[in-house]
Amino acid sequence: MSKVIELTSENFKSEVLDSELPVLVDFWAPWCMPCKMMAPVLDEMSVELDGEIKIAKVDVENPLNQSLAREYQIQSIPNMKLFKNGLVSKDYVGLRDKEGFISELNSEL
Amino acid sequence: MIKKDLCIIGSGPAGLTAAVYGARYKIDQVLIGNLDGGLMTTSHKICNYPGETEISGIDLALKMEQQVKSLEVDKITANVIDIIKSNDNFKVILSNSKEIEAKNIILATGTVHRHLGLENEERFLGKGISYCATCDAMFYRDKIVAVIGGSDSANTAALYLANVAKKVYQIYRKDKLRGETAWIDQIKKNDKIEVIYNAEIKKIEGAEKLESIIINENGVEKNLQIDGMFVEIGSQPDRTLIDKLNLETDSGSYIITKPDQSTSVDSVYAAGDITTNSDSFRQIITACSEGSIAAKSVFEKLQKD
Repeated sequence: MSKVIELTSENFKSEVLDSELPVLVDFWAPWCMPCKMMAPVLDEMSVELDGEIKIAKVDVENPLNQSLAREYQIQSIPNMKLFKNGLVSKDYVGLRDKEGFISELNSEL
Repeated sequence: MIKKDLCIIGSGPAGLTAAVYGARYKIDQVLIGNLDGGLMTTSHKICNYPGETEISGIDLALKMEQQVKSLEVDKITANVIDIIKSNDNFKVILSNSKEIEAKNIILATGTVHRHLGLENEERFLGKGISYCATCDAMFYRDKIVAVIGGSDSANTAALYLANVAKKVYQIYRKDKLRGETAWIDQIKKNDKIEVIYNAEIKKIEGAEKLESIIINENGVEKNLQIDGMFVEIGSQPDRTLIDKLNLETDSGSYIITKPDQSTSVDSVYAAGDITTNSDSFRQIITACSEGSIAAKSVFEKLQKD
């Protein structure tokens, strides 16, 4: 079960920038093992934190999404950015476990 | 509380192999890990693992993980935050608040990347500084990057980066690269890679992200304008669990292990990069070997109990 939203350049504005809820955006790629390990953690978080925060992901390998990776200056993955009112309020680089990550996020929400 | 005869901590090649052997021995076991494949997932190309002429670290990790899955191994994705010895058992406390009571432990947590210890290093993580060329090389297409180090991991990172970057400086403190000759030969032939020998990095500079580094080459300070820097100066054991179990180590924090992978503490075994065994070779194949021996030792001990 997952409520993670798949983002592209087309829905990024409506799902992230215009969102009323804070959005955690995971910039990831299939060649990155820590990203693969992060995915099920984010899946679970998307259900547990439903209503408080939206969780979404951008596959930066997809050529259609590379403009997003450039715009947000992604240089290391997994790279998760917390957006509030359309602006990045916090960066999280690297693999994290669910409980630790939720408490990190709670201090920002 | 989950009760098990064996708790394997670490899901790199040593831990995964221990789990395969443990499953074949039908040991009542659980495997705890946070990154399947461990450090090998940062290798873009592995050419010395028998049966695989050339494979990426991620693909080899996935193959091992799938083998463990097919054997229906009880596996938990989490970090171990504490281990407490009580009577004849160990209480293993996980980051997800679960607790495991285990009769035996195989510690296979490997090593973590060594950092330079310079100002701005942590601040620019993800903003120009990386410890994983396989993960992050693609963000440096047509850019200028530096690789710090001269061992196999640094050499393969430089070669991988040269596929995408415009220029790769490889900065090494000694006068020649070490590691496999096959990689060194490729570096010498690669026009994009410039190896700077007898050089040490002194400063990391930039406003919001990495912009330049200052190196000292043969006593002369130089400023290199770069977009990215990949730190590949080796790795070392994380002492957290070693200290909690009070295990005897050598001066480099590697766990002193006997040929059967047992440690200075009864019922605690260790395997893989974290040990002093296998002549400290620290290869995927030696990690697998030690993992298999550790599982066999636990099996034989359980037979006697």
